[in-house]
Amino acid sequence: MKPYAERFAPPFRQLGQLVTSRVRRLGYAARFFAYMLVHSGTALRRFHLTIREIYFAGVLSLIIILVSGLFVGMVLGLQGYETLQRYWASESLGVLVALSLVRELGPVIAGLLFASRAGSAITAEIGLMKATEQISAMEMMAVDPVARVVAPRFWGGVISMPLLAALFSGMGIFGGYLVGVQLIGVDEGAFWSQMQAAVDVRSDIQNGVIKSFVFGVAVSWIAVFEGFDAPPTAEGVSRATTRTVVTSSLAILALDFVLTALMFTGGNAS
Amino acid sequence: MNRSSIDLWVGIFVAIGLVALLFLAMKVGNLASFSTAQTYRIQAKFANIGGLKVRAPIKSAGVVVGRVAEVGFDNESYEAIVTMNIDSRYQFPRDTAAKILTSGLLGEQYIGLEAGGDGMMLKNSDRLRLTQSAVVLENLISQFLFNKAQESKDNKDAK
Repeated sequence: MKPYAERFAPPFRQLGQLVTSRVRRLGYAARFFAYMLVHSGTALRRFHLTIREIYFAGVLSLIIILVSGLFVGMVLGLQGYETLQRYWASESLGVLVALSLVRELGPVIAGLLFASRAGSAITAEIGLMKATEQISAMEMMAVDPVARVVAPRFWGGVISMPLLAALFSGMGIFGGYLVGVQLIGVDEGAFWSQMQAAVDVRSDIQNGVIKSFVFGVAVSWIAVFEGFDAPPTAEGVSRATTRTVVTSSLAILALDFVLTALMFTGGNAS
Repeated sequence: MNRSSIDLWVGIFVAIGLVALLFLAMKVGNLASFSTAQTYRIQAKFANIGGLKVRAPIKSAGVVVGRVAEVGFDNESYEAIVTMNIDSRYQFPRDTAAKILTSGLLGEQYIGLEAGGDGMMLKNSDRLRLTQSAVVLENLISQFLFNKAQESKDNKDAK
């Protein structure tokens, strides 16, 4: 009896260890999140700390967001025109570009870019502060590192993300307009008026903003948690940075599916 | 990077972000025509509403005068009840007729109102008597085929 048990036990033990360690880490992340929210007072009271993080997360991400938005919109314009023109519906190009950007591509691509541009930087910064014992030094001076270092970065990301997604969508629609109207020659009046008739402020634009806000919370949370939880070594920091990008990208895509299912199929079922 | 220039850049960033949101709301969406104007409700029964949806436009002479508020089913007459919100700026006679029409060949469906000649105007929660249902393509095709078959039969009989 005993040999069998010895032979079959290890894989199950490994599986159990994997599951419990994941669940424990998730619980730690949730507790960290709650602790950070409770200690966000400093970040909001001494708002210049948060403004500095908005600069690093938002302003410095502007270039990549604007350029990508423009090109995504231009590609949408070209490809959409190719398809729509087969059905003699090239005037609907504005609808196609605007709806796909505002509902999906704007928040999702801006979120993915934000995760790789700003999220990774936040993780690396906090992880390095931990590796060089700046975090411990703060604790020695009775300064709460979560309130002083983590919360401003989190709120900076949360504030930046919806603005970046809106800029991405706006830039994309401008790119679609450039290619569709200026280059190909779709009628300008039909482009805008059909777009305005089809895009609803509440069900499309507001939902897009809600999506980008949720993505902002998810990415910033993952970034600060991975940074704070990183082993204080060079290897640990580099792994944590990679994990931030991978986890937040997966989180964005999964959350996007859930939010889309909730927003666009429940209320106005067609 | 000193603090005042960071403040400046963040200010610019937030401002253009808000401008982008405003652009989305005004130019891409329809916030400008998103009226919070006073409306009154009228109802109409249809034998078949086809693909009419909530928030579909209600047009008279091609002008949007309201939106469909609710689509329900009457358990007694087995007909669809459509509740419409009409802008209070537009008044219609009591014998106005409502038709379910399609914009374009395969476009979305909307309700067309044709004003009658009654002196009394419609009030809140009135009901339209004259309605015309949506055209169902299958019925139209089967009718056409039936007529064709009948025609060829008649021709044969005549010979």
